[in-house]
Amino acid sequence: MAVEILKEKYRGKVGEVVLGATKENGGTRSHTITVGGETALPFLHFEGEIPNRPVVALEVWDINPEWNPCFDDYYGDVYDDAGAWAKKCVEEYGADLIQVRLKGADPDLNDYSPEDCAATVKKVLEAVSVPVMVIGCGKAEKDNTLYNPIAEAAAGENLVMGVAELENYKSVTSACMANNHVVIAQSPIDINICKQLNILIAEMSPAMSSRIIIDPTVAALGYGIEYSYSIMERARNGALQGDKMLAMPMYGNAGFESWRQKEANISDEEQPGWGEQAERGILWEATTAMAYLQSGIDILVMRHPEALKVIKGNIDDLMKDNSY
Amino acid sequence: MIIIGERINGMFKDIAKAINDRDPGPVHEWAKKQEYNGAHYLDINVGPSSTEPVEAMKWLVEVTQEASDLPLALDSTKYDAIEAGLKLCKQPAMINSVPAEMAKMERVFAMAAEYGAEVIGLAMNEEGIPKDADMRVGLAAELVATADAFGIAPDMLYIDPLVLPCNVAQDHGPEVMRTLREIKMISDPAPKTTVGLSNISQGTKNRELINRTFAVMAMANGLDSAIADASDDELMAAVAAARIILDMDIYCDSFVDVFKQRNR
Repeated sequence: MAVEILKEKYRGKVGEVVLGATKENGGTRSHTITVGGETALPFLHFEGEIPNRPVVALEVWDINPEWNPCFDDYYGDVYDDAGAWAKKCVEEYGADLIQVRLKGADPDLNDYSPEDCAATVKKVLEAVSVPVMVIGCGKAEKDNTLYNPIAEAAAGENLVMGVAELENYKSVTSACMANNHVVIAQSPIDINICKQLNILIAEMSPAMSSRIIIDPTVAALGYGIEYSYSIMERARNGALQGDKMLAMPMYGNAGFESWRQKEANISDEEQPGWGEQAERGILWEATTAMAYLQSGIDILVMRHPEALKVIKGNIDDLMKDNSY
Repeated sequence: MIIIGERINGMFKDIAKAINDRDPGPVHEWAKKQEYNGAHYLDINVGPSSTEPVEAMKWLVEVTQEASDLPLALDSTKYDAIEAGLKLCKQPAMINSVPAEMAKMERVFAMAAEYGAEVIGLAMNEEGIPKDADMRVGLAAELVATADAFGIAPDMLYIDPLVLPCNVAQDHGPEVMRTLREIKMISDPAPKTTVGLSNISQGTKNRELINRTFAVMAMANGLDSAIADASDDELMAAVAAARIILDMDIYCDSFVDVFKQRNR
């Protein structure tokens, strides 16, 4: 008698979200990207559908980011030109999409005006044809002044904009609502806040419920990765069991988080026992990102082109059909 | 918890009058209202005084379906009326109900198999409602076994342990709780469970309080559904809270609203 393999059946489905817009839909992208749509846990092709592959973005800043010198060989010539930087990420390093971080708008750094920021976003949109994500400098008061001008300047492009937080979600959400962009809803590694924020955004406009990307906040390897993992696992299980307010694609800044840590940055001289710094940093970022693929992430934002290469290979392997 | 909305019932004067006058207004109104308030099924009962139950059931089913797409629970002791209703249902319905009496089970389960309907099975037989849990579970097992003989899976059955008013049969309360727990051990998959919620409070003061307290206690003991008033806000709030405590929904600050608005 043949053994019948027990398969889990799920009631729910992660919603699909389209990023970017082509000419037909009022944008200028050469193609759009669809994320989400899963009806099974990550890469369990034998239990359901994983219709869209996870995508990988590289980050572009609007100021010289003063990253570890190991990045100089890759981005050193374009740090001062967001457009050229984005172009390089896409054409040379194979990024699926670009995330612009408007760090220069920080009042304690360059204090760029909303107009400067909108111009930077326009420049990136002109330089590349892939979908674009835009996040602020991280200071809510300033960021709230940026969202509208950027959303208007890029109207029709179906940007991904962020971040909306529980205490500060209205500005970015209304900018997205008015100009048909997608919003990133960020919660501090907290499933309850994650769900509540999605509800609040959907209350502002029911149409927005299909234009939310969840940022559950990802931690780097060694810095609480297991907390992020378990929150994402819970959210995805909730989504598959029919909880519509958790059934959105997920996103995470794996590069940003990994390269904040000493394990990625400390020089060979300081820690001779830890292995060569550049290779170590790449592995730290790639390992972090890999864990998030396994917890159901749909959009990874990475930093090092070599780490991106590793992850793209990893995604190729994981997307091979294993159904039976 | 699956809520079977109780309001389209000829026991209520407005519905009885609507059936009598063939006036769809009140039926539409209650169908929409119960759906809005989060009912998953709509119970359809022509009431005890109807002189033409088959025709009344057919009318009530059609009129209800004009206003709501929810599945219906056809509620009658007259199986011809239920069968006439099943023929008109646009999606698989629920039969409410059958006791553990062989002749009735044969009629109802044959019908359920033919129309793909779920069935509410009552833990009682010719001798009435048992006093204790053991007898109730025994009758539940008979329902499960007989359904199986007709090719109906256990999880198509909703076993009602039968609830008596708490002021006249207080000793039944703990027996009902134990029955709910033990029904889940009869088979794998287990049958589902249901109760007519407001029976617990017939003739008492503070009916809503007793209803919702009973609801959350029964949920903790394995209750899957109830025939209840979906527009009882406090009941729905208590159910929402119980679902959080039982880890059936993920908590968020708007948990009550999310539960109430799940049909919208």
